Amino acid sequence: MTLAQFEIQLIGILVASACALTGIFLILRRMAMMSDAISHAILLGIVLAFFVTKDLASPFLIIAAALSGILMVSLVELLNGTRLVREDASIGLVFPLLFSIGVILISRYAGNIHLDTDAVLLGELAFAPFNRLSLFGYDLGPKSIYTISTILLLNIVFIFVFYKEIKLSTFDAGLAASLGFAPGLLHYALMSLVSITAVGSFDAVGSILVVAFMIAPPATAYLLTDKLTRMIWISVIIGSVSAVSGYWIAHFADASIAGSMATMCGVLFLLTFLFSPYRGIIAIMHRRIQQKWEFAQIMLTVHLHQHQDLPEHSFEKKMNHCHIHMKWNEKFTQRVIKLATEKNLITEKNGYLYLTKQGAATAEEAITT
Amino acid sequence: MDLLSILQDLVTDYTLRTVSLGAAVLGFVSGILGSFAVLRKQSLLGDAISHAALPGIALAFLLTGSKAPLTLILGAAIAGWIGTLFIISIINNTPIKEDTALGLVLSVFFGFGLVLLTFIQKLPNASQAGLDKFLFGQAATLMERDVVTMTVLGSISLFFVLLFWKEFKLLCFNADFGDSQGFRMSLLNILLTSLIVIAIVIGLQTVGVVLMSAMVVAPAAAARQWTDRMGFMVFLAGVFGAIAGVTGAIISSITPRLPTGPTIVIVISGIVLFSLLFAPNRGLIWSWVRKRRNNRRLQVDAVLGDLYILATQHGNIEHGHSITVLRTMSMGHGGTDGSLKELELQQLARRIDSDKWTLTSKGYAKAENMIINDRDDE
Repeated sequence: MTLAQFEIQLIGILVASACALTGIFLILRRMAMMSDAISHAILLGIVLAFFVTKDLASPFLIIAAALSGILMVSLVELLNGTRLVREDASIGLVFPLLFSIGVILISRYAGNIHLDTDAVLLGELAFAPFNRLSLFGYDLGPKSIYTISTILLLNIVFIFVFYKEIKLSTFDAGLAASLGFAPGLLHYALMSLVSITAVGSFDAVGSILVVAFMIAPPATAYLLTDKLTRMIWISVIIGSVSAVSGYWIAHFADASIAGSMATMCGVLFLLTFLFSPYRGIIAIMHRRIQQKWEFAQIMLTVHLHQHQDLPEHSFEKKMNHCHIHMKWNEKFTQRVIKLATEKNLITEKNGYLYLTKQGAATAEEAITT
Repeated sequence: MDLLSILQDLVTDYTLRTVSLGAAVLGFVSGILGSFAVLRKQSLLGDAISHAALPGIALAFLLTGSKAPLTLILGAAIAGWIGTLFIISIINNTPIKEDTALGLVLSVFFGFGLVLLTFIQKLPNASQAGLDKFLFGQAATLMERDVVTMTVLGSISLFFVLLFWKEFKLLCFNADFGDSQGFRMSLLNILLTSLIVIAIVIGLQTVGVVLMSAMVVAPAAAARQWTDRMGFMVFLAGVFGAIAGVTGAIISSITPRLPTGPTIVIVISGIVLFSLLFAPNRGLIWSWVRKRRNNRRLQVDAVLGDLYILATQHGNIEHGHSITVLRTMSMGHGGTDGSLKELELQQLARRIDSDKWTLTSKGYAKAENMIINDRDDE
């Protein structure tokens, strides 16, 4: 592994961690699409700041971009405040407008400068190691490592200091407001963090990967745990695994690094979606089938229970009569009888079914609860 | 350039005619189908679908080597459709919420599309030029066969909207009721979403991935302000979309270096802003005027009530009351002077001295009536 390769992966892990930290709260607050909206809206800030500074490396670009992210959030809040459009629609109205203004400014006034929408949207991680920071002639490594580390640190500090407040306002905004926390202020603080994280990450990885890193790892973690602290750790780990594995896939397939990383985020989500022990599709399907058979067994015990003390109803206990009464088909009935016998709920004697003690208890419980 | 020569160009200039026609078709279809997305609180579905379409476009090209619009649109539609099925199944089967499912599918599909695009770039004979325009939209490259494809696909989806109008309306406003009436709501959901997918993919080439989401949301959001009737709203959204498409195409064609897609978005945003401000009943200016009028009326009523209370306390209607007393009674809400003038105009109160006021007999009767009504309400 060369130094450049190591640096790219390190940047990937840093971006993944910074994005996961903010992304968790976005998805828990049901504002995941804000990440997409913000990552598009920052284009306008970048363009405007570029016209002023004429320097693509200027730190003002980051500040202006973060400000335009906040502008976008405020405009959305303003539109929501009119109650004329719903929140999802206001997001969908505001960010394409800001993005359009950005695109028009670029194509009218910045035609011959290297500032194109592709670069903002798609990013090129492979070039990140070439933009190096040097101090007194010493090479200190790629600039983006420092930018992103700073942002990651900012995120960690913010979440560490305001953990209780964020947690409360995320899960019970009403209680948070009544206890005197300012949910509105926290909302803007969080959105500012999202903007800054998006800006800091975009020139390394492009805005689409920012969105993937913000949403996919936390969503994957959400399928694995209900505890917030555990969710944070799992998201960071999943994001980092996606970054590293995505890099190597891109390396061997000679494909877009950002795209491969986003794809790996999706692959990890898909695997969890299918195989997660409790919330995965397969676990859910298995549980549904299990429940169907269990329910059928309970119904059978109830059926036998209803007729057990009445000799004139003895035909109801006949093995080959059950399916008529229960409106089951014969195969299904046989399977249920077999399962119930195995579980020692019923016994069979001369073609008649009888409840065991345990079966009677099951039926009683089903009837009374 | 004056209006007449623009109109003349619309007919004679091949590029302008094709682009305007294409933009009109795209605006009309996306406006109509977008209305359903907006009414169902799925405004951002369009954003997700348009991004999710990218790997489909790339795969269609990789597999067939053809840049024919129908091939690419078909690929886009299939990918967009798979994306929406993912979204629906994530929402239905996990605790993950809609916004997260949308963002997840959007970013992952788009990322995968980028991976495929890098493979296409490496093909020796294929320039990426034809595919790039799907990312950012290049209306100027629209050709007549593109417009024909768009029109045919658009007409098919509009035909389905007419056919299932009642069912879709049910789906928007009360899906549970529809289920209980025996309609297969989950199937209708998939059908409607598929039509939205078609509306989006036919616009991708003109305005691009990012801006297509605006064409789904904005016409519907504007149309919603003007009416409460769904049929009219959907039609109006189509008209707004078409107007924005044509206007944007014309403006960008007569201005150098003004890309069509973003211009269309700015025009439709302007229509939204105008609707939010000026639409009767719901519009901001309308409701501001209404609120002001109400406040005014309440202030006048309050002063009338105060005068009545003073009159009953003094047992004499003719007794004049100082304006300072009335001002104090309104407890800093202000507007006392204006309210008195208004009352004088309506001949409910009259001025006795320079600053003393009292009720007329008509005003006394009205105040009594008002206060008794208030008491009854309580």
